[in-house]
Amino acid sequence: MALFARTPRAPLEYSRTLWMRAWVGLVMLFLYAPLIVLMIFSFNDSKRNVVWRGFTTKYYEKALGNDVLVEALVNSLTIAALATIASLILGAVAAVMLWRFRFPLKGAVDGTISLPIIVPEICMGVAFLIFFAKWLEWPTDLIWPFNLGAIVIAHITFCFPFVTMVVRSRLASFNREQEEAAKDLGAGEWAVFRDVLIPHMKPALVAGALLSFTLSLDDFVITYFTSGPDTITFPVKVYSMVRFSVTPEVNAASTLLIILTIVLTAVALKLQGVKAIAETH
Amino acid sequence: MTEPAKPIIQIQNVTKRFGRVAAVDNVSLDILAGEFFVLLGPSGCGKTTLLRMIAGFELPTEGTILIDGQDMAGIPPNKRPVNMVFQSYAVFPHMSVADNVAYGLKIAGVKGGEVKARVAEALDLVKLGGFEDRMPDQMSGGQRQRVALARSLIMRPKVLLLDEPLSALDAKLRAQMQFELAELQDQVGITFVTVTHDQDEALSMASRIAVINKGEVAQLAGPSDLYEYPANRFVADFVGSVNIFEGKLTLDEPDRAAVDCPGLGKVYLNHGVTGPHGADVWVALRPEKIYLHVPGEGKAVRAAAQDAPDGHNFARGCIKGMSYLGDITLYDILLESGARLRVSRPNLSRHDQEDFTWDDKVSMHWRADSPVVLLG
Repeated sequence: MALFARTPRAPLEYSRTLWMRAWVGLVMLFLYAPLIVLMIFSFNDSKRNVVWRGFTTKYYEKALGNDVLVEALVNSLTIAALATIASLILGAVAAVMLWRFRFPLKGAVDGTISLPIIVPEICMGVAFLIFFAKWLEWPTDLIWPFNLGAIVIAHITFCFPFVTMVVRSRLASFNREQEEAAKDLGAGEWAVFRDVLIPHMKPALVAGALLSFTLSLDDFVITYFTSGPDTITFPVKVYSMVRFSVTPEVNAASTLLIILTIVLTAVALKLQGVKAIAETH
Repeated sequence: MTEPAKPIIQIQNVTKRFGRVAAVDNVSLDILAGEFFVLLGPSGCGKTTLLRMIAGFELPTEGTILIDGQDMAGIPPNKRPVNMVFQSYAVFPHMSVADNVAYGLKIAGVKGGEVKARVAEALDLVKLGGFEDRMPDQMSGGQRQRVALARSLIMRPKVLLLDEPLSALDAKLRAQMQFELAELQDQVGITFVTVTHDQDEALSMASRIAVINKGEVAQLAGPSDLYEYPANRFVADFVGSVNIFEGKLTLDEPDRAAVDCPGLGKVYLNHGVTGPHGADVWVALRPEKIYLHVPGEGKAVRAAAQDAPDGHNFARGCIKGMSYLGDITLYDILLESGARLRVSRPNLSRHDQEDFTWDDKVSMHWRADSPVVLLG
């Protein structure tokens, strides 16, 4: 009787069909299986990290005790934080400018502002290498954190167009009558910006910050070309470790980074509400 | 109560062009202190542009706008003694009701204690007491409109501007808000200037109405004058429903006039129209001012003869369409001349709508004070 007790499937209720469930399961598997394997093997008690040999947390201790790795992580986080703040300001201002004002060559600015998103990273990397080393002769022997300057500038270049993109699409849904209402109640241009426009842009700013931070944190190609001999970032360091062998230490470090990213994203979503961020895309 | 009404807003020869198109074309009108003024017109007639020029969001291409005697040229919207309720209400979605209402006072630098008292007062005024902590997305459209009203009224403006205030509400709520707005205006004594395309709204709320057509004022009058004495065909047709027939003025004396209409027949009026004799004129006749009679036509002829010469204010036809609206029934009548006439008839008793039906031959008459002769 159970067969007949089931309510019949509605035409668009695909989630109840077997093939659709299998499909979703496969997608999830492909997406997350590598990450989960990486995380599990970070607890593997083996140097080679090919076969499971028992549970241990010693590689976490080892990773956290690795001064160069920790320094690289601190560098990466610093670069990401600086690049995010600068990209947010630059990207939001650019978005507001393109949305609000008419000025000469606006079309050209509009077209080229997203160029750093399109240009292949390798080209950007080479360009930055030539720009900083040959043309600008950027000093490489500055003290921390100024030695990160070149990398931060490079990261801002490819991060801020994303912020501009997200903020602009959010601004498109702005009801100009709100701006007029604020003015009507006595607000000047700055008060309108502070009290009406920025609150409207907020979900896009959170989304843009998340994008910038994660893009900057895991960038390898551009960073590889712009980092000086003594500055090293987390992805670059992991790459150099992998060249010798993939030890559980690399897994442990990567797991920490993944957890950090997840926590940051969760905090941002919690602060803003998932719906508002989803609306900006 | 009867202080002499002085103009609070003076619009003098104002023209607004967008490119080559004149949205507002040389408009002059005075809005008096304390009145409920309505700008009525079809969409795209320039009424909203006029309102936005008063608020300061558009600048006149030519002409002057004075508010309380002060020239508004060069004064930005945030410095004008007027406040506006927007069509979309424009309630700030990220602020609570109390913060929304208090916004103008905070910008003006009013201190905490007074802000709180005035917010409570303004919310009471629009019957939203106790809603202080609600967020706009937890409220209905009607409630959001009240927030927008309170947010403007708290500023104690000299004039409150309302852009299509009722267009987004459903029919029942609209009827209720019409009364409430009029009552509120009475209570606060602030001049209200409203823009609408809805003639019912205008007639029910306004003390005076300016009908705007193609950027010009077609007529400025009180609601009943506008309806009963329209100045031209546009107003007659836009405000209410009307039958309009072309004709020639054959008689025009101080106490009587007659028009010969090929479509409607001979029309007699018990007052003069001061038009040139023999001129082409139009006769406007409202559907509710026409009496329907069952065939036999004796009654109609006798009724018409009571205040008009023989053969005037009388027509024969055949019912070609009917629509029963509950309180009234509308009839579409094919006259013997081939013209069509709209007649409405109140259903005074339960079976009135059964008196006539399709293809019935009927005769009609109207009183000598009912038709309006239009010269333009």
